[in-house]
Amino acid sequence: MDHGTRSDQPSCPTRMSLWRKEAINKFTQQNLPACKPVLTPAWVILTFLLIGTIFIPIGLVSLHASRSVVEIVDRYDIDCVPEQFKSNKLGYIKDSSYPKNCSRTLKVNRYMKAPIYIYYQLDNYYQNHRRYVKSRSDQQLLHGLGSNKTSLCKPEQSNNGLPIVPCGLVAWSLFNDTYKFIRGKSELNVNRKNIAWKSDRDHKFGKHVYPFNFQSGTLIGGGKLNSSVPLSDQEDLIVWMRTAALPSFRKLYGRIEENLHANDVIVVNLMNNYNTYSFGGKKKLVLSTSSWLGGKNDFPGFAYIFVGSYCIVIAIVFMLLHVKYSRNTHVGYN
Amino acid sequence: MPGGMRQRMLINFRELYSFVCFGHKYEPSHAQIGQEGYSRVVYCNDPDHLEAVKLNYGGNYVSTTKYTAANFIPKSLFEQFRRVANIYFLVVACVSFTPLAPYSSPSILAPLILVIGATMAKEGVEDWRRRNQDTEENNRKVKVNGSDYTFHETKWKKLRVGDLVKVCKDEYFPADLVLLSSIHEDGVCYVETMNLDGETNLKLKHALEVTSHLQVENSFQQFKAVIKCEDPNEKLYSFIGTLSYDGKEYPLSLQQLLLRGSKLKNTDYVFGVVIFTGHETKVMKNAIDPPSKRSKIEKKMDKLIYVLFSTLALIAFVGSLFFGIETKKDVSGGKLQRWYLRPDDTTIFYDPKRPSLSAFLHFLTALMLYGYLIPISLYVSIEIVKVLQSIFINQDQDMYYEETNKLARARTSNLNEELGQVDTILSDKTGTLTCNSMEFVKCSIAGTAYGYGVTEVERSLARRRGDALAETGDAVNSGKSVRGFNFRDERIMNDQWVNEPHSDIIQKFFRVLAICHTVIPDKNEESGEIIYEAESPDEAAFVIAAHEIGFKILKVKQESISLRELDYKTGEKVDRKYKRLQLLEFSSSRKRMSVIVRNKENQLLLLCKGADSVMFQRLSKDGRQFESQTKEHIKKYAETGLRTLVIAYRELGEEEYKSWEVKFSKVKTSVTAERDVSLEKLADEIERDLILLGATAVEDKLQKGVPECIDTLAQAGVRLWVLTGDKMETAINIGYACSLLREDMKQIVITLDSPDIDALEKQGDKETIAKDSLESIKKQIREGMSQIKSAKESDVKFGLIIDGKSLDFSLKKDIEKSFFELAINCAAVICCRSSPKQKALVTRLVKRETGKTTLAIGDGANDVGMLQEADIGVGISGVEGMQAVMASDFEMAQFRFLERLLLVHGHWCYRRIAMMICYFFYKNIAFGFTLFWFEAHASFSGQPAYNDWYLSFYNVFFTSLPVIALGVFDQDVSAPLCLKYPFLYLEGVENILFSWSRILGWMFNGILTSIIIFFLTTKSIIKQAFRRDGQVVDYEVLGVTMYSCVVWAVNCQMAISVNYFTWIHHFFIWGSIALWYIFLVIYGYLPPEMSTTAYRVFLEACAPSVLYWLVTLLVVICTLLPYFSFRAFQTRFYPMFHDRIQSIQYEGLEAENSVRLPRRVRKKLHPRETLMQRNS
Repeated sequence: MDHGTRSDQPSCPTRMSLWRKEAINKFTQQNLPACKPVLTPAWVILTFLLIGTIFIPIGLVSLHASRSVVEIVDRYDIDCVPEQFKSNKLGYIKDSSYPKNCSRTLKVNRYMKAPIYIYYQLDNYYQNHRRYVKSRSDQQLLHGLGSNKTSLCKPEQSNNGLPIVPCGLVAWSLFNDTYKFIRGKSELNVNRKNIAWKSDRDHKFGKHVYPFNFQSGTLIGGGKLNSSVPLSDQEDLIVWMRTAALPSFRKLYGRIEENLHANDVIVVNLMNNYNTYSFGGKKKLVLSTSSWLGGKNDFPGFAYIFVGSYCIVIAIVFMLLHVKYSRNTHVGYN
Repeated sequence: MPGGMRQRMLINFRELYSFVCFGHKYEPSHAQIGQEGYSRVVYCNDPDHLEAVKLNYGGNYVSTTKYTAANFIPKSLFEQFRRVANIYFLVVACVSFTPLAPYSSPSILAPLILVIGATMAKEGVEDWRRRNQDTEENNRKVKVNGSDYTFHETKWKKLRVGDLVKVCKDEYFPADLVLLSSIHEDGVCYVETMNLDGETNLKLKHALEVTSHLQVENSFQQFKAVIKCEDPNEKLYSFIGTLSYDGKEYPLSLQQLLLRGSKLKNTDYVFGVVIFTGHETKVMKNAIDPPSKRSKIEKKMDKLIYVLFSTLALIAFVGSLFFGIETKKDVSGGKLQRWYLRPDDTTIFYDPKRPSLSAFLHFLTALMLYGYLIPISLYVSIEIVKVLQSIFINQDQDMYYEETNKLARARTSNLNEELGQVDTILSDKTGTLTCNSMEFVKCSIAGTAYGYGVTEVERSLARRRGDALAETGDAVNSGKSVRGFNFRDERIMNDQWVNEPHSDIIQKFFRVLAICHTVIPDKNEESGEIIYEAESPDEAAFVIAAHEIGFKILKVKQESISLRELDYKTGEKVDRKYKRLQLLEFSSSRKRMSVIVRNKENQLLLLCKGADSVMFQRLSKDGRQFESQTKEHIKKYAETGLRTLVIAYRELGEEEYKSWEVKFSKVKTSVTAERDVSLEKLADEIERDLILLGATAVEDKLQKGVPECIDTLAQAGVRLWVLTGDKMETAINIGYACSLLREDMKQIVITLDSPDIDALEKQGDKETIAKDSLESIKKQIREGMSQIKSAKESDVKFGLIIDGKSLDFSLKKDIEKSFFELAINCAAVICCRSSPKQKALVTRLVKRETGKTTLAIGDGANDVGMLQEADIGVGISGVEGMQAVMASDFEMAQFRFLERLLLVHGHWCYRRIAMMICYFFYKNIAFGFTLFWFEAHASFSGQPAYNDWYLSFYNVFFTSLPVIALGVFDQDVSAPLCLKYPFLYLEGVENILFSWSRILGWMFNGILTSIIIFFLTTKSIIKQAFRRDGQVVDYEVLGVTMYSCVVWAVNCQMAISVNYFTWIHHFFIWGSIALWYIFLVIYGYLPPEMSTTAYRVFLEACAPSVLYWLVTLLVVICTLLPYFSFRAFQTRFYPMFHDRIQSIQYEGLEAENSVRLPRRVRKKLHPRETLMQRNS
């Protein structure tokens, strides 16, 4: 630093420049005003207690929210295979000539307030596999046949020389089990609109893009699409194409917009079309209400309570040790 | 070193450093001119001569830049990619264009370009500054004799070999010149060579007689000559050439050479011929880069990077293994397992038929994917931080020395943190511990001691004894104070000496002081003060003393010197002129200097001053009248820390002088290899039969604050070794004065000054001397060791004092180790009479044997080797010029600033860098492993958990700035406390903050964080609906949630590890978190083609979800708890040093607790307890 500047100070510095000088000086001399947190016993105990007292109530509230949710889970992939095909499930599911319909009976234990969300759950299904995730063309989904950026879609890029819309493995393996719900004599109305993200419908899937040459190859993957409906309205497809994060996942199928009462018996007529047998996957049907926290999962609640309790225990242990050793401190340190 | 004069070290940097070229230098004779190595031909005043054009010597343009505009890009890129980590990222970036890459190529290229760009920009700016300096120098003006034979101004860079230039007073020489003439008739000029060798004294240069008459500009119109000389080389102290002029040849030597980089002084102008230009000048040939030093932490960091690379390879391998197995299973028994992946129609990367090849390719993919374990921005961040740290060091007002208007300066920013780990300081004495401004304090004339002054050593010894003497020192003599003169004795002062019994001897004594020297008085035009330009401060002190006593120098000319002095017989002031006939210069081997003068009475006198060791044996029989008293006085002076010189004279007979002079001038003009030896022999011939007059004693005062500083450093556990050229007595006394040695220490002295060896030396059998000396040293070392061993139980501490000769033997291979062991067990070590080479060797020994950081501090050219050898070199910018400073890493004005440099800046920088690196690894491991856990749930297919751009911005934007703030600003305790509790420094010496356990602890914490983040997040949100509207979490939402947790966790981790929270920290830490959300919103609003999986994900999906926020809170607190709990318990029950100080400070308990150290600290200090106890 040039010390010549020291003597160059104006003889009558304004208050502002003095303040500035002072500030700069504090900065260069590493003397800025600072908060210097010190882990004193008081602070430590207070912090732990504070975390504890905040976390336990949050945990209790979350747990309550989770418990208020009513959820019915029914695994049907095994039971829906007719007895004679139990040893050859793959043969059954692959052969389209066999009837795939199946009927399940669900009992409602607690009152379920509408809307009741219908999910299908797949286990051991790697939608997050790199090859699978990449095998789509967002361009094509939005712009249709005009787009030719479909190289990642291979081998579901084209068939018989014609491009496939929507291309790629994700679309090709579209989930195609269907469910019908009957309570008593009447069929429950299932709303299958608005199950996909709004932004997907509006901005990712084209309003004027129609399925083309889809599932027309020799190897048929999953569901077919109605080629007269634009992709932006094919909500099943949109939901499916929002790939899951982990190999066990649920996807929204629809909503029942009627309340279900305790002890209601619901018969589900489903079409068991989708092949999870070749890779040992499970299929489950889930009916669930929701709370402000979403679906039923006690884990966050318990985690909060656990962490809160841990903090309180630590605070107490710390306090006890502190008291115990404080008598000795003076001996110990001096 | 003997008495007053310091050895003038003529050191070639390169030779000293490498210790290779120490052999005898062969002086080539002039006969070699024209042969190989001596082929340069210069056509003086005729650069356009046909032959000269043919020779085509380079121009005078000088460039010291590392890069040129053309090669900047490739060369600096090359520099960048010498780092392993950067090569890795480059390879990754290249591979990212292939389908192997798990993410898009721009997202990996962007941060790499940013990081490399930042470093390159820094290089560029630095080089630009050098370039500007060059341009300034190249465009300086000088007067040159043009083709029309008139002198006109031109730029330096336009000079050519053969040009005739005129250089005026106080100007630098534009190139290496041969001096032709000066304003003085005898063709002499004075040159200051400070920039070359750091010596502040002026050097005299002589033009050849044949050219010295050409004193005006137009006398050169017809001047033509040819110079043949050696080729450009880096030897500053040799030059051979011939000048052909008027058909005759004249030898040229160093006496005629004016080097670029030096400055014309005290001479109005000179004329010279350019012989070496630009990069061929000797100074440029000497400009080699100083050895670049790297700090221990950085070396360890490299190892850590390798650890990370191994981890990377390991987890990539594990992943590939599982991937291979999974892929192979996809087709089993002809059936497709995961049919939705189409394993029947796949690419090479997922081929179940060739699983091992797929696994191998996947291994490459995984290496790229988990590359986030390697902190890409680590190097550049550390570089930025270090530069900023250096700026703080450079601006510290507490290291400002008003007298020279200088701040401390970090000349390199590489070693900041090394300052916090210094284990041993090796210090020069003169000019480093002392001021190197000599004061004439006492003298002994004709066997009578004069001077009442009390020296610092006496005072501090008295202080230790508790005497009152200490205070009487200055109070008595409150007379006028003259710099360099602290002599008080009314018997001599104010012309009272005429009344003393031996007034004739007193007169002669001071005449010698006034005449026998090489000082050049220089009048300051403004103040009228006389400044003495002396080779050493001692000489100046003598001249000042003579002046003060009443022997005033009126005029100094080359051939004569005039004094105004009091004639003690008449009591009148008279002017006397002494013709200086010969000057026999001081050299370290001669240890004396003489002048031969002719006085007014036409008497021939030889006046001589020199070290007692050489002077007493040269006295004549009649001249020993006061020998015993003088010897006694000298001994006493040495004990009180004074430097002594013996003063003697002799009258010469005309005949004797004449015959001697003939021989002497013959040898003087000869140019043979034996010239110096013969000169010495001749000098020896005449410097005998002297008559003793007395002795002088000058004091080299201790610098302010040195004892306190040494005390504090000792408390900080730093060992101090003093390596000095002084006599043993002087060194020991200074040792006491600066509290290095203490009364209660036992001294172990290793010396060869024993009667046996002396006797052997007289016999002159070199082999027996060497053998016996070695045996004697071995014995002394053994005895020393046994003393230490026997005293181990008691509290006796030892001080080791060893002299130069013994050191020579001790540093031999076979006993080096035992010597070192002895030295390391002593609380203080002083090596006296050590040569520069020995200083460097001792430094090397300490560095090698302790394996710890050494710091060398010195101020003179003789310390350069030591400074370069040590891990850190600190140069004192004092009286001795700049050479030490040029070779140093840190520069400061006073020794006492070392305390602040080490204890405050060193400690902080060490702490900051250590913390920073640990944290870097923490944050990258925490992040990298979340990717791995996700992979484990995606059958290791190489799908990253996050969007490409989240990944690439992690290191660059969301986590980098808080670390830099930590690295620049963090302070565990404030500066005053650092100094108050020096033991805090042990954290660095013992490398507690960067120990493997601590590093691995942080790495473990990183893994723990990643586990908590991944598992808590997935367990909490993955299955059920995460909002009231029944939507479930998909790949994108999970990525955002986990990423949010990572950003929060690592930034909050930073917040709880920072000790010093300024608004800057707040701004960076919370700003980084806010930046993540801002980025998310903006990125999410880009069209889906660009934002891909991040499209509207935050605003539409995450932000409305209460669960998202609850999970973030839960996960972040959970990641912080392990470290926080650990620190809480550690601080309370097993505190680190700084914790202890912090809590003392916090609780305000200093009063009772500060005196004594916590037991744990004391235990740590055990080996160094001596040093501790003396202060408690």
